[in-house]
Amino acid sequence: MEKKFMNGNEAIAEAAVQAGCRYFFGYPITPQNEIPEYMSKRMPEVGGVYLQAESEVAAIYMVFGAAGAGGRVMTSSSSPGISLKQEGISYIAAAELPCLIVNIMRGGPGLGGIQPSQSDYFQATKGGGHGDYHLLVLAPSTVQEAVELTMDAFDLADKYRNPVMLLGDGYIGQMMEPVVFEKKPSPILPAKDWTITGAKGRKANLVKTLNLDPVILEQHNLKIQHKLQEMARNEVRVEHYLTDDAEVIIAAYGTVARIAKTAIQILRKKGVRAGLIRPITLYPFPYKAFEDIASRVKKILVAEMSLGQMVEDVKLGVCGRAHVRFYGRTGGMVPSYEELVMETERLVKEAL
Amino acid sequence: MAYLEKKGVYTNVLMAGFGGQGLMFIGKLLAYCAMKRGLNVTWIPSYGPEMRGGTANCTVVISDEPIGSPVISAPEALIVMNNPSLEAFESKLKSGGRLFVDSSLVTRKVMRKDVEVVAVPADDIAMEVGEKKAANLVMLGAYIAKTGVISKEDVAEGLRELFGAKIQFLDVNMKALEKGIQHTKT
Amino acid sequence: MVEVSGLERVFSRPKSLLPVVTHYCPGCGHGITHRLVAEVIDELGIRERTVGVAPVGCAVLLYKYLDVDMYEAAHGRAPAIATGCKRVHPDLVVFTYQGDGDFAAIGTAESVHAAVRGERITTIFINNAIYGMTGGQMAPTTLVGQKTTTTPMGRMVERAGYPIRMSEMLATLDGAAYIARVAVSSAKYVVQAKRAIRRAFETQLKGLGYSMVEVLSHCPTDWHMTPLDATLWVEETMMKVFPLGEFKVPKELV
Repeated sequence: MEKKFMNGNEAIAEAAVQAGCRYFFGYPITPQNEIPEYMSKRMPEVGGVYLQAESEVAAIYMVFGAAGAGGRVMTSSSSPGISLKQEGISYIAAAELPCLIVNIMRGGPGLGGIQPSQSDYFQATKGGGHGDYHLLVLAPSTVQEAVELTMDAFDLADKYRNPVMLLGDGYIGQMMEPVVFEKKPSPILPAKDWTITGAKGRKANLVKTLNLDPVILEQHNLKIQHKLQEMARNEVRVEHYLTDDAEVIIAAYGTVARIAKTAIQILRKKGVRAGLIRPITLYPFPYKAFEDIASRVKKILVAEMSLGQMVEDVKLGVCGRAHVRFYGRTGGMVPSYEELVMETERLVKEAL
Repeated sequence: MAYLEKKGVYTNVLMAGFGGQGLMFIGKLLAYCAMKRGLNVTWIPSYGPEMRGGTANCTVVISDEPIGSPVISAPEALIVMNNPSLEAFESKLKSGGRLFVDSSLVTRKVMRKDVEVVAVPADDIAMEVGEKKAANLVMLGAYIAKTGVISKEDVAEGLRELFGAKIQFLDVNMKALEKGIQHTKT
Repeated sequence: MVEVSGLERVFSRPKSLLPVVTHYCPGCGHGITHRLVAEVIDELGIRERTVGVAPVGCAVLLYKYLDVDMYEAAHGRAPAIATGCKRVHPDLVVFTYQGDGDFAAIGTAESVHAAVRGERITTIFINNAIYGMTGGQMAPTTLVGQKTTTTPMGRMVERAGYPIRMSEMLATLDGAAYIARVAVSSAKYVVQAKRAIRRAFETQLKGLGYSMVEVLSHCPTDWHMTPLDATLWVEETMMKVFPLGEFKVPKELV
């Protein structure tokens, strides 16, 4: 397979096209502009639709309309824009519409900055919009992985009739790396007999989110909950790196996980047996990986480009059986491997 | 950071200058050519408003193993093409590292004593070959002559693939690259 | 039903209208407008390829009354959802059915930009100068001096500005192909309204651009009037601020 040298944003866009995505609705915001720019050129080539909406709000509802009509559809944005989309994301989850939402995170809150960040973890994994729902959240740490997860995302969305979010920090979008595009065959996916196509020779279909009867709404939410439990059984992805003999674990995702790998190489040369657990699905979260590791490793450093968000899930997984320390940088600052080396050494030396 | 050095191929470089000097381009070109040689590469840009007129920089990591951190705190080499970039990044260069300076434009004195300074009057050389904008290729020539990470032929092939039909750009850029190599070797 | 020979059936329920009792208040204009839309869908023979989008507002339950594929939409976002659907299925006939709060306040950006793009969709815009579903608050189209639950002294321009004229505004946009304002307060106006709704759908069927029909509707409940007084208020008061007429007609339909 031919290797291409692309930045993460363009690679995500191309991966989506190759996965059969034919509808893109978006609104410009840094640092993800290469996605809509790429799509504006690429979609017409494959007979698809690119539309620059009047706002992120409009874009996410165009996604609602297109997904409801049975199209393979996506949108992309960055943190402030994703906040604007939250209303629509809640509606999409409620109506059980499959789609991909890409968030190339930048520093917040507010307008914040445009440098890389991971401070939308809570928003992505814990809800973001109102109501009982979750997105399936995928977090790549290389451009190649961003491609593979993007391709999988559409199938996962269709399989569960649930929106999927690809969550990358600014560097995942801006970084260029060699990448190979290879679409795995899709699994057999459920028939889309519920979509809006015109009521020809069948009863009229309805895509809706309104359930005024609390009995019905509870049943609906339980159905969504059941799907989420299915996801937790089937879709958890996590990478273990040098954990077999580890005396200390760094937990990180995305770009920070790569920085942690370099830190771990340095630590090992210095005689510290460090390992990495890297959640790839942030929802469903790999709680079991942390539950298991806590039985033999008693010190875990969680590193994030935030002031401490994923650390809460690590603590839930560990459930008090290991000491969990947090190290984070925020506002677009990126932790260096030296900082992670220092923090890990400090943690290792500490008496518990 | 000796502990980062590996037996195989591993190197990294940070390049910085004004937006428009083409540092992002030679960074991508370097990474692309290294990729074509079967190596792993990452290229990370500074991004945002400073790209228009202000200081722009990028970091390239090249390795024969999977690359961990694409973000490098203390690069092994530094290519600077303006005074603000020297000011911003001189202190970050790894001890024993190489500092490539466009001496046509950088008037600021290098303070570090523990690094190898390679001064190249890149803009003057570029003027000689007839294309002031090719100063970036002069700097890349100096860099590959010193480090041997990729060859002149690798760059030629990479430029051909990237420029395609625009041969006139190819020729002048290759000339600039060669001048950079020659200047550094002599 | 007893069939009497020699007589012709001249009035019946449109096929696209489901045989159910609506939730609307007595004297409301929605029922009439629903029926007109259904009649037009029947007459154009497009029931099997028509899609409705009904957002938050009194007509959010439109999907219970029309026998076509439907979306129930978030407040204000119907034109965006209709856009998404139409871009996936350009051969479908997609219409939104929106109230004044929806179309002219919370969803103004979506409304204007659907028209800007010349999106091949049709909007039925119900202007009754009040928020009906939430119980009679000020709408963007509430008249100056009109009392609502949030303008208890009447709408004062110093505090709440002026009513918005969507038809006149959208008619300025190149992407808007057919724009008309009608009423459903009496038989004469109902006939005109149906003609406009039909022309709006025809505009879409011919792919000419965006089409919108603003329907001045009566809300006796929230206006605190009898149904008869409400229809008179439409004609004597509302029409002065919101004059009826076709503001834009594509030359292909003339």
